[in-house]
Amino acid sequence: MKARIHAAVWALLLVASGCSAGSSATVAKDPGTLAIGYTAEPANFDFTRTDGAAIPQALLYNVYEGLVKLDANAKIVPLLAESWTISEDRKTYDFKLRKNAKFSNGAPFTAEDVKFSLMRVKTDWTVSIKSTMDVVDRVDVVAPDHARVVLTKPSNGWLFSLTSRLGAMFSPTGVADLANKPVGTGPYTVSSRRRGDSIVLKENPAYWGRKPAYSTVVLKYIKDPTALNNALLSNGIDVISAITVPDSIPQFQSDDRFTVVEGTTNSEVTLAFNNARPPLNDVRVRKALSYAIDRKALLDTAWAGRGTLIGSMVPPTDPWYEDLSNAYPFDPAKAKALLAEAGQPHPTLRLRIPNLPYAVSAAQVVSSQLADVGVTVTIEPLDFPAVWLKQVFTDRDYDLSIIQHVEARDIVTFGRPKYYWGYDGKPVQQNLAKADSGTPQEQIDAMRQVARRLSEDAAADWLFLFPNVIVAKSKVTGFVRNQVSESFDLTGLAPR
Amino acid sequence: MTVKIVRRVAILVASVLVASIVVFLFMAVLPGDPAQVALGVNATPELVAKTRAEFGIDRPLVTQYFDWMGGVLQGDFGRSYVTREEIGPALTDRLGVTLWLVGAGMLVALLIAIPAGTFAAVRHRKADGTALSGLSQIGVAIPAFLAGIILVQIFAVQLRWLPSGGWTPPVQDPGEFLRGLVLPALSLGLVQGAVLTRYVRSAVLDTLGQDYLRTARSKGLRPFQALFRHGLRNAAVPVVTVLGLQLSTLLIGAVVVERVFVLPGLGSMLLDSVASRDLLSVQGIVLVLVVGVLLVNFVVDVLYTVLDPRLRGS
Repeated sequence: MKARIHAAVWALLLVASGCSAGSSATVAKDPGTLAIGYTAEPANFDFTRTDGAAIPQALLYNVYEGLVKLDANAKIVPLLAESWTISEDRKTYDFKLRKNAKFSNGAPFTAEDVKFSLMRVKTDWTVSIKSTMDVVDRVDVVAPDHARVVLTKPSNGWLFSLTSRLGAMFSPTGVADLANKPVGTGPYTVSSRRRGDSIVLKENPAYWGRKPAYSTVVLKYIKDPTALNNALLSNGIDVISAITVPDSIPQFQSDDRFTVVEGTTNSEVTLAFNNARPPLNDVRVRKALSYAIDRKALLDTAWAGRGTLIGSMVPPTDPWYEDLSNAYPFDPAKAKALLAEAGQPHPTLRLRIPNLPYAVSAAQVVSSQLADVGVTVTIEPLDFPAVWLKQVFTDRDYDLSIIQHVEARDIVTFGRPKYYWGYDGKPVQQNLAKADSGTPQEQIDAMRQVARRLSEDAAADWLFLFPNVIVAKSKVTGFVRNQVSESFDLTGLAPR
Repeated sequence: MTVKIVRRVAILVASVLVASIVVFLFMAVLPGDPAQVALGVNATPELVAKTRAEFGIDRPLVTQYFDWMGGVLQGDFGRSYVTREEIGPALTDRLGVTLWLVGAGMLVALLIAIPAGTFAAVRHRKADGTALSGLSQIGVAIPAFLAGIILVQIFAVQLRWLPSGGWTPPVQDPGEFLRGLVLPALSLGLVQGAVLTRYVRSAVLDTLGQDYLRTARSKGLRPFQALFRHGLRNAAVPVVTVLGLQLSTLLIGAVVVERVFVLPGLGSMLLDSVASRDLLSVQGIVLVLVVGVLLVNFVVDVLYTVLDPRLRGS
């Protein structure tokens, strides 16, 4: 008797589980549906209170829109603002807004919403990047289609950050449950989600702009790279948003069912030096390490030769990019000489890395190349993110580390002496400030100075820039080749 | 009987309590601050401190533990640090997927093991019986994830008959649901089937040697007939024991298979929650798993008494 009761409970659980599990995420065979595979899943839909790249990747430009956006060439172009002007003192921005834009809950988009959204960053957001909005003094509603933003000091960084999630426009009537119910003005709305599996975006019928070519987009979340590749090979998805194992690329290139789109990212794989602690507080030691590493060989080993050697914290899509990759050509003899000069011929260094594939394979190359010049490197893989964040990033308990720095224009972190680089250089800080407040040309000149100075100081060793590799079925076109914004922009995708 | 069940329930409750304390302490000593992980690399120390307070992880451990257990006893598992949703409903949702997987895997295993094991036992002196038990030896050595990878390569990537992963709930589209369940259930079930085949074989062999079967044979029944009429129920007792034990390994296998086939079950939730130091979620999941395993043992115990009348007296 008891056994029967338990069997019944078991059966009930099975049935109940089937019923409670959300709705619709099948990849339909109809041509209006596109399924895209991603590796990192959004924890929730609220990027105002939850950090990480996955939420804006899914929602920005697709569900939420800002006044401006970054186009494929990393240029700031109009979105909800038709145009804008900047005052002489570079502190007042006048945005002329689109008149026909609407939120997905029906509320019209007006200058009131601009004021609400921008001021809300200061009061309600908790993610750390919100500090870029501190320069906003006030927002004036001049007319329903005219918003005026007044800054406390000129800031180019501010306008740029409007292209990120910080510039997303919210309606006061649509922020009640951001974690679960996003309300934006974009071409898509969130239709359903199954945690651990997928998010379904559906076309927003009231969208002000051009109708998207795909009426339904299924964002499939597949953490394991092999499973992700298999899903594309077996028709489970149509697109892999970013390849995370380079060895699998040739397999797709040789198969005419697929197209491989290669571009750049903002993601610098950096060998971080702890500038604040001996022996790496000595510039000669840092230079020695830079000379000792053959970055071309490292790129071949760690990422199958794909990626770009950059030599600085600047990707080619930034206006002030210059190729500094030859600043420290591979020269073991020079490395040994510099180490001897610094009185550190045989230092022992702790290379504390996140336990991620690219870091582990790069670390082995770094360690063996440094051994050739007499440096003993002990590799310590740390659980990422939790342990690495605590010990290397927060406590700065490391000599060397290897990590991707994925954020746009993150070269500004070298202006913060308390950042984990431990780099404290007045010229860099001054030039960063000058770049932020100057005209576009002044900005470019000052940023070049910053990159050059960091290279001269060997503040870190920029191993390579991560490539952006998208693989898709040949019939899908319109991808943004370079991953420069926070968004995986779905708006340009179309069947061939 | 009643005394026995009461004793079993008491053991169950005590085990759950001990497990909850162990899990709680383990998570507390793991390096990595949940607030820092949730906020990312640019968080200021002030913001981290504020978030720690919001999560309540700045309080003494004892307070945190009793707060958590108090909630769980009322069915409230708390709100996830990372997803900001109620953990309880998320748990039932994920548990459903895992139960389907484990159930289907077990079904596949039994469908393989009972006929194969019986056959191998009855014909244990013949070439085909020996070959079958040899085959099961090989099957035992293959880990479930490897079986999964091979199955995906053949049936999803090459032949494109079945999806390589993903989950469709049965209520939404029963056809898609079954198609998606085939490969994961096979990769779990094939290996388990091989393991069980060996137990079924030795249990049946054991039964075949019993006097009452010899009596049945002497009355003119063929070996299979004798076995089906008189022996299988007796052979079932040791097999049910093993089945209970194997359910726990099946659960562990399910964690891996969920990753290979991208199924949103309890296993993948556990891995994600550990990585993001989502302590409350981890505690909740482990507690559910512990209760699950203990419940299975409980059921096995009860089944014993049903299958074997000799055990009812004690």
